[in-house]
Amino acid sequence: MVTLLYFASVKEKLGIARERVELPADVVDVAGLTSSLRSRGGAWSETLGATSLKVAVNHTMAGMNALVSDGDEIAFFPPVTGG
Amino acid sequence: MAVRVQLEDFDIGAELRALQAGNPKIGAVASFVGLVRDINDGAGVTELTLEHYPGMTEQALSDVVVEAQSRWEVIDALVIHRYGTLRPADQIVLVMVASSHRGDAFSACEFIMDYLKTGAPFWKKEVTPEGSHWVAARATDEAAAERWKRDEAV
Repeated sequence: MVTLLYFASVKEKLGIARERVELPADVVDVAGLTSSLRSRGGAWSETLGATSLKVAVNHTMAGMNALVSDGDEIAFFPPVTGG
Repeated sequence: MAVRVQLEDFDIGAELRALQAGNPKIGAVASFVGLVRDINDGAGVTELTLEHYPGMTEQALSDVVVEAQSRWEVIDALVIHRYGTLRPADQIVLVMVASSHRGDAFSACEFIMDYLKTGAPFWKKEVTPEGSHWVAARATDEAAAERWKRDEAV
């Protein structure tokens, strides 16, 4: 199982803040996971397909080729706007 | 070194006194305070809500402070960032850096702030008379953070 978190506008568009899912057997990286989630269609396809989408794996900013594995916490969010 | 992500307001004077207490090596303290403006991109702002990512936000802020320590002489540093609902003129963020001399204090303070703007997971949602919307990231903030990366490559 992996924990998926969604923040800010991504959370609002998807209508979910957090879920636990079984990592599909063929998913090894962020790109694969994102693609798998986008296949849910509708808002998932659009929101997680945005070029501005940011991803963090276990609290560290991660690129599309970052590896994911069982037990990870993976977060999807828009560019940050603090300060 | 301390990083705090909190709902409550902060007192700059009290934080300054706490930072310098018992450390006479400190010759300079540079600080930055970010405030909520009542106008952003031409629209009136009546309220601002800050969301963050508990766990990662604290980690990202700590990482930035550690990086600043590796680049400049930093005797102590403090970062406070608020979340929750704020109003115009409220304090949002405090960065305070203590050093022996002003040059390191100024540079480290600016560096921490520039990196925080692009690397720490906070998101602002503004309420205006026309409704509420998420604030878009600014290219100028990315450029400000990039500037320090170029320095690193030299």
